[in-house]
Amino acid sequence: MSRVSQEGSLQSQSANSQRRWRADVYVTLKPVVNDPQGLAVRDGLHMLGYDEVGAVRAGKYIQVWLEADEEAGAEKRVAEMCDKLLANPVIEQYRFNLVEQAHDEAE
Amino acid sequence: MRFGVITFPGSNGDHDALKAIELGLKQPVEAVWYRDTSLDGFDCILIPGGFSYGDYLRAGAIARFAPIMDAVADFAQKGGPILGMCNGFQVLTEAGLLPGALLPNGSLQFRSQWVHVQVERSDTPWTSHIDDGTVLKLPIAHGGGRYFADPETLARLEENGQVIFRYTDASGNRVPDANPNDSLNAIAGICNEQRNVVGLMPHPERAFDAIIGGDDGMKVLSSVLDAGIAAVTGR
Repeated sequence: MSRVSQEGSLQSQSANSQRRWRADVYVTLKPVVNDPQGLAVRDGLHMLGYDEVGAVRAGKYIQVWLEADEEAGAEKRVAEMCDKLLANPVIEQYRFNLVEQAHDEAE
Repeated sequence: MRFGVITFPGSNGDHDALKAIELGLKQPVEAVWYRDTSLDGFDCILIPGGFSYGDYLRAGAIARFAPIMDAVADFAQKGGPILGMCNGFQVLTEAGLLPGALLPNGSLQFRSQWVHVQVERSDTPWTSHIDDGTVLKLPIAHGGGRYFADPETLARLEENGQVIFRYTDASGNRVPDANPNDSLNAIAGICNEQRNVVGLMPHPERAFDAIIGGDDGMKVLSSVLDAGIAAVTGR
């Protein structure tokens, strides 16, 4: 997103604001939780002849775009989001990677 | 006794609940919009079935943050009787008002059928009219009703007598075939430690008259009439 500045030149709207990040969040069932979806996929792979497949677990991949001054700050906020909403701590665990975004990168 | 039925975007059992109270129990009942923030004047609260917020992320995960939920937590904390049915049970676990979680059915199939559940405890406001050991015939309609809790929580639930409804056959035998979703310990419904909040996957509100297949649900819904309310609202 961009806008025309008073001087008339194009300037990124967030040029003077915080750094932008993309969190790639992986939510999976805890190992103790039975995963019938994973079992069904495993059986499907066996049917296709992939006998080498031992186990399959299915989970969720969630991308979150956010702003934060520092990576540590972004990390803290995303962990909070995971604890409060993105994962249910009773049944799920999560991990995530942070990727810094260029300002013109589309979301 | 004044009943409140909470409607979330995506609830589809709210009118079943309203009709069950109105026609079956003949008690005053009102729908409560999810954007409301007060439950003043209600003696008990029903959280109905359906697919609140489309079951996005996890069933009940988003409904938990609806504006009305602070009032629900407050109502629960004050000892007010709350019954969560199906999606309502999922919402209550996501909100932390009941322990554990509900996972996709073991079969991965949506199950819409009549089941039998045995009532294990009559010492909740929602089972006080029912003798311990009574088997009820109730309908289920869910894709994610597999009850799960970690081993410690599960042991605590059993120890405290917080398992209120368990899937059995018509004679009250715990047989694997009677468990429609592979719930741990064949758990169909539980209560909190204070015993005023009860959640179950079956739909008592869809079994309030023999003409719709059964009226065992009335035993659950009518039990609360004896709960001796006015504690919450002071009315």
